[in-house]
Amino acid sequence: MSETVKQSTNSNDQLSGERLVELYRTMVLSRYLDERVWLLNRQGKAAIAASAQGHEAAQVACIEASDPSKDHYLIYYRQFTAMIALGTEPEEMLRGFLAKEADPMSAARQFPLHGAHPRVDLFNFSNVIATQLPQAAGVALADKLKGSDAVTFVYFGDGASSQGDTHEAMNFAGVHKLPVIFFCENNRYAISVPQEKQMGIDSLASRAAGYGFPGIQVDGTDVVAVHEATTAAVNRARAGEGPTLIEASVERLLPHTTDDDHTRYRSAEDISQMLERDPINILSELLKRRDLLTESADDEIHTSAKKRVNVATDTVDAEPYPGVETMFDNVVKGSGNGGNS
Amino acid sequence: MPEQTVIEAVRQTMFAEMRRDDSIIVLGEDVGSRGGVFLATDGLIDEFGENRVIDTPLAESSICGVAIGAAVNGLRPIAEIQFADFIWPAINQLVGEASKVRYGTNGLKTAPMTVRVPYGGGVRGGLYHSQSIEVLFAHTPGLSVVAPATPYDAKGLLASAIRSDDPVIVLEHKRTYRLVKGDVPAEDYTIPIGKAEIKRPGTDLTIFTYGLMLHYALQAAEMAAANGIDVEVLDLRTLRPLDEEGIAESASRTGKALIVQEDTPAVSISSEVSAIIGERCFFDLDGPITRLGPPEIPPMPFSPIQESAFMPSPEKILTAIKKLSEI
Repeated sequence: MSETVKQSTNSNDQLSGERLVELYRTMVLSRYLDERVWLLNRQGKAAIAASAQGHEAAQVACIEASDPSKDHYLIYYRQFTAMIALGTEPEEMLRGFLAKEADPMSAARQFPLHGAHPRVDLFNFSNVIATQLPQAAGVALADKLKGSDAVTFVYFGDGASSQGDTHEAMNFAGVHKLPVIFFCENNRYAISVPQEKQMGIDSLASRAAGYGFPGIQVDGTDVVAVHEATTAAVNRARAGEGPTLIEASVERLLPHTTDDDHTRYRSAEDISQMLERDPINILSELLKRRDLLTESADDEIHTSAKKRVNVATDTVDAEPYPGVETMFDNVVKGSGNGGNS
Repeated sequence: MPEQTVIEAVRQTMFAEMRRDDSIIVLGEDVGSRGGVFLATDGLIDEFGENRVIDTPLAESSICGVAIGAAVNGLRPIAEIQFADFIWPAINQLVGEASKVRYGTNGLKTAPMTVRVPYGGGVRGGLYHSQSIEVLFAHTPGLSVVAPATPYDAKGLLASAIRSDDPVIVLEHKRTYRLVKGDVPAEDYTIPIGKAEIKRPGTDLTIFTYGLMLHYALQAAEMAAANGIDVEVLDLRTLRPLDEEGIAESASRTGKALIVQEDTPAVSISSEVSAIIGERCFFDLDGPITRLGPPEIPPMPFSPIQESAFMPSPEKILTAIKKLSEI
């Protein structure tokens, strides 16, 4: 049941040129903000960051195929661009990274990108790898029982594919034909451990056959291909036909986190080859080839993204950290200032 | 009032709650047509169907992980772990995840879920069908842990757990399932989580206990009465949050505290109850805080002689009562 979507040039995908440019705009904004967060870490202001650089195309294209008014998103820590694609403002992102009082996701209790989104049904409860997959099956089970046609998207990396929870979740979702899309962003490294030491197969997507649903391997640097694959999976899910596993092959352009140094375990050749697959360059070239983006429009996109990031940085940098008084809130219902713990 | 066993009270409570609230589902291994290995869910699938009574694959982590996701998305799942000894694969989902859903999202998300866990020994269960597993859960902020020991308390505390807006672990002692009978009112009621109960008032010393040991303690108290010792028995009922007020009040009043548990004593519920009494009642005590539990070996040998030697008993409790009362 596994298949590979390789070429998007002759695709029947419905993404308009206008939307493609918008996705590009989101990716560029994500890139500048991502770079800024890395810088804020080096300045000692952001304690930790995991970058989405290299994953941007896969993330915007997947979100583009979803319906944020009703769908669910169980993300993992590298879903920086997906957050922006879902309308999270740069200020909101930075409040998480700088652990400011107004962090909308967790009031600065958790690492960046953890907690729950204030407007979209997006959440990420923990740093523990793959726990979100069985939870996603549960979210989808509830939708199935309620008769909702919402789709649950659950994101994870190749590292998470080794966890038992991943197997348990896919097995459960397969049994109940749940409306879940298992979206794996395979950047070939679990921190430092390369794919060949994580699995004895070439494609994670091939595992889907063992759970009774389709698995698709797609070039995760190709916005159109990812959108096409995700749209097909969404249609299946909404029609009650069950889960799909999508493996988006991406590159991790930076080390695992700000605390990592990938030159310790990646060869110079590997690094230079990987830089050739920068999804922003790939999309920029596609847009220009199709006459959807001029050089001056591209410049405007970059300039306005930089400005947006500068404004957000200045705003959030000046904001307060949460005080001690709120740390007792919400342990259980009524705890903290609202009552007894 | 109709008399029920503990297992009947558990089952009837699930029937009543599922009739009251359509968002309640039951999931676990063999909970469907088999009715659960202890028959706790017997008949549920006939009334509520397989959408609400779900036979899961044999995989505890996903039973609890699926319950979390369903709870976050508007349902009130009751997950059954077949034997407490099998709960360890789900520790990550319960201790790591469910406990912190509310805290980690600052209240944006909640996980109103119940995990029913048959536990405890004295049933010839050997090392892997006898364990007491309360300590890891009771150690975790964000989780509540209840351990009802009577049919009345089983109904009231299970109903409270199901209606709670936070995750609750319900520990059901396997030996009490059919051994213990009691009156259970047909009408709806709940028992607040976090409230202990004095099951037998007394003046000379207090036994603090829970689960199967409650019944052994009550038997020992009767034997002690024949020896002229008036023993109070306090049933903790909830292991987190412990009823600190109730514990301190009784210990201060009788002046002597004997804590009895089936779980191995090191770093356990009895350690915590000791600390509460030590901190709050030091000047009211007439004797050392005393703990009675099994030896520090893995619970518990399959051999009948060794199992009996492992388990506290009414006789062992009586010996401890006499020793403490003579001080």
